[in-house]
Amino acid sequence: MSDPAPRTWRTRSRELWLRAKARWSFLSRSLLFRVVVLTLTLSTLVMLVLGLILQQQITTGLLQSKIDAATAEIDSARMTVENSLSGADSDPTSLREQLRLALTEIGRADGSSGVQGSAAGVFDPVIVPSRIGSDSADLSVDQPLGDVPAELRARIGQGQMSYQYTTIRRDGESLPALVVGSPARTATDSFEVYLIFPLAGEQGTVQVVQRTLLLGGVALVLALTLISALVAAQVVRPVQRAAGSARKLAAGDLAERMPVTGPIELATLATSFNAMAEAIRVQIRQLEEFGKLQRRFTSDVSHELRTPLTTVRMAADVLHAGRDEFPAHLSRATELLVDELDRFEILLGDLLEISRHDAGMAELSAEPIDIRSTITACVAAAGPLAQTSGVPIITTLPDVPVIAEIDSRRVDRILRNLINNAIDHAEGHAVEIELAADPDVLAITVTDHGVGLRPGEAGLVFNRFWRADPSRQRQTGGTGLGLAISLEDARLHGGWLQASGSPGRGSRFRLTLPRRRGGLIAGSPLPLRTGADALETGPMPKLDHAGHVVVPEGADWLEDVDSGLDPTTVPSAGAGQRAAEAVVASVDAADPALAIPGQSAKPSSGQPPAAPAATATPATSSATDGSVPAIGGGPRESAR
Amino acid sequence: MVGMRARVLVVDDDPALAEMLTIVLRGEGFEPAVVRDGSRALDVFREVHPDLVLLDLMLPGMSGLDVCKQIRAESGIPIIMLTAKTDTVDVVLGLESGADDYVMKPFKPKELTARIRARLRRADVGTAERLRVADVEIDVPGHQVTRGGEPISLTPLEFDLLVALARKPRQVFTREVLLEQVWGYRHAADTRLVNVHVQRLRSKIERDPEHPEVVVTVRGVGYRAGVS
Repeated sequence: MSDPAPRTWRTRSRELWLRAKARWSFLSRSLLFRVVVLTLTLSTLVMLVLGLILQQQITTGLLQSKIDAATAEIDSARMTVENSLSGADSDPTSLREQLRLALTEIGRADGSSGVQGSAAGVFDPVIVPSRIGSDSADLSVDQPLGDVPAELRARIGQGQMSYQYTTIRRDGESLPALVVGSPARTATDSFEVYLIFPLAGEQGTVQVVQRTLLLGGVALVLALTLISALVAAQVVRPVQRAAGSARKLAAGDLAERMPVTGPIELATLATSFNAMAEAIRVQIRQLEEFGKLQRRFTSDVSHELRTPLTTVRMAADVLHAGRDEFPAHLSRATELLVDELDRFEILLGDLLEISRHDAGMAELSAEPIDIRSTITACVAAAGPLAQTSGVPIITTLPDVPVIAEIDSRRVDRILRNLINNAIDHAEGHAVEIELAADPDVLAITVTDHGVGLRPGEAGLVFNRFWRADPSRQRQTGGTGLGLAISLEDARLHGGWLQASGSPGRGSRFRLTLPRRRGGLIAGSPLPLRTGADALETGPMPKLDHAGHVVVPEGADWLEDVDSGLDPTTVPSAGAGQRAAEAVVASVDAADPALAIPGQSAKPSSGQPPAAPAATATPATSSATDGSVPAIGGGPRESAR
Repeated sequence: MVGMRARVLVVDDDPALAEMLTIVLRGEGFEPAVVRDGSRALDVFREVHPDLVLLDLMLPGMSGLDVCKQIRAESGIPIIMLTAKTDTVDVVLGLESGADDYVMKPFKPKELTARIRARLRRADVGTAERLRVADVEIDVPGHQVTRGGEPISLTPLEFDLLVALARKPRQVFTREVLLEQVWGYRHAADTRLVNVHVQRLRSKIERDPEHPEVVVTVRGVGYRAGVS
């Protein structure tokens, strides 16, 4: 066994996983759940897409207007540069001065006191005289030339007006910026003019837009989901109500109806449901009536038939008792009368029994009983018949009590039927009865090695009035209903009754019952088909006319049977001897119920000394006088 | 065995059956008397003083169960029910109303007479025998059962059942064995007989029938006498 602690953790986490899976599979099939999830997913998707597009549009729009304004601004800056620097000379100092003037001029485009109020917003101007080159350090003019991207300068250098986005640093922060540039020509010089527009404002605007979109989107998604859930619930609720009504109807409340209210579709549903419920109720009432009639019929017939039959029976018996005084033909007639009355009586009983099963009137009066005693009693009762037929009966029972909740009357009837059938069809070979049990299920098999069953007959054999071979002489005078009734009795217990066999080799009937009333059985402790038939490999034991077991000549039958066989089916002679000793030692404890009256052990020649059977311990038994001693006995495990 | 002819009262409304029963019983050495109406049964019973009553359950006038209760209230003589119904409920009802045994129609006359004789047979008691079970004293030859000096009245069958258990106090008796020893039936008759009679016995003899001390159930096997 593995260490309990990690096992618990493992099993627990597995349990949680299984439970979560179960909960999920339940939820995932809920209409409401699906609607909500679908709405949530789709609206989120749509919101995302829409939001992105919106944001894109707004950003583009913002930037476009900036660019337009910036382009206008650069144009006026260019003009300013061309105007104010038209007479610039190459003296660096004066050039510097002129540049500074021009920068200020540009900065004050609208002519006011220095506040840039243009539509393009705040900007930083840069003027680069192309004569000087790109190094403004020479000029010592305070302007953010470094912020102008080299690409842009290259394009301006080619004579185009252009713009580019870049990142600049202001106040220790990185900002996006728009740099727009244009070449400027004076009569003597060419310049490059740049305007750097920090986009902080635009960025702020975009962020505000983003946040608004996000919040709005989430709110919208939630609202949509809620609405969809409400709408779905509107539809689902009546369906749930209908399901609830149906459940109540199924549980037996035949008066349950749905209220016909609400929207047309649901009203229609309710009306149809009510019509169905009414039809079911009527039908069930009818069936109950029929059942009642059937029951009354059965019990009335039972009574009405039985009383005159009793009188007839008594009269016949009186005649029968005095038949010695009759002339031969009357005497014979009386015998036939009594015999046929016997048959009639049995048939009537069987018919009534089967009709009770059909009417559902059969009741199970189950009690906890050690089924071994039922088997033993039944085997004992079959003793005379077995002896007359010359059929040994071998019973194998476990050592331990096998207690089950059974109706002993019915089980006895089943066993009696099976055993009598087996004896009838055994053709002199032994009949084996075995009991095995596990904690929930017990099984009893009755096996014969005689006529057997043809293929397909194993199912037919339980049909009413079916006979394998109608011409067979039936010593037990069966009615043809025996197995049908036995099957119903087995079913009443919640058990199985099955048959198997092959022609000429014998057949086996297996009764499987749950040990607790109402238990379900999924398997049986004994096999239905006989495997290596234990006694087939050796010469078969037979009884002679005096009831002694005859050992086939030349062989110690026990040894022959012992050799090379499955040791669990036939215990050795040694086991038999031990059983005998156990019997002697435990006479006081022996259950008197199992004392088979009238039996004595008659070991025949050639048998090993282990041959008791008079007072049987629970482990040994055989039913017929002088029949096989201690073969089926010996200590055994109760379940294979 | 009875020396003189035992009187058997037949309570049955079917004329043919009653007549046939009379013929059979007389042939077997009994002295039958017949009453066909349940409501008159008790009066006839008092008149005739039978040794045993054969009672059909389906009767006009008063129902067989009521007749049974009435007779049982007055006497402990054996009552055998004749019934066409095999329902457990009906059989148990009959046994609880006071019947000792039941025979199902149709029956073989030999079967009926065997049961009648079994009921009429008295337990063969030789020596004076006193038994004790729990706090109950049994005087076997005197057919007396007392608890603390107070007598408890039991029918002969209930008495026989108690004695059978009390004689072997450590032994567990299966229902089949009890049927054989107390009722005298060899082969598996209906074990419901035993169940119902144990209940009846318990209701009379136990201080608390729900927790029996005198007749103890051994689950799955049968019954045993309680410890004293």
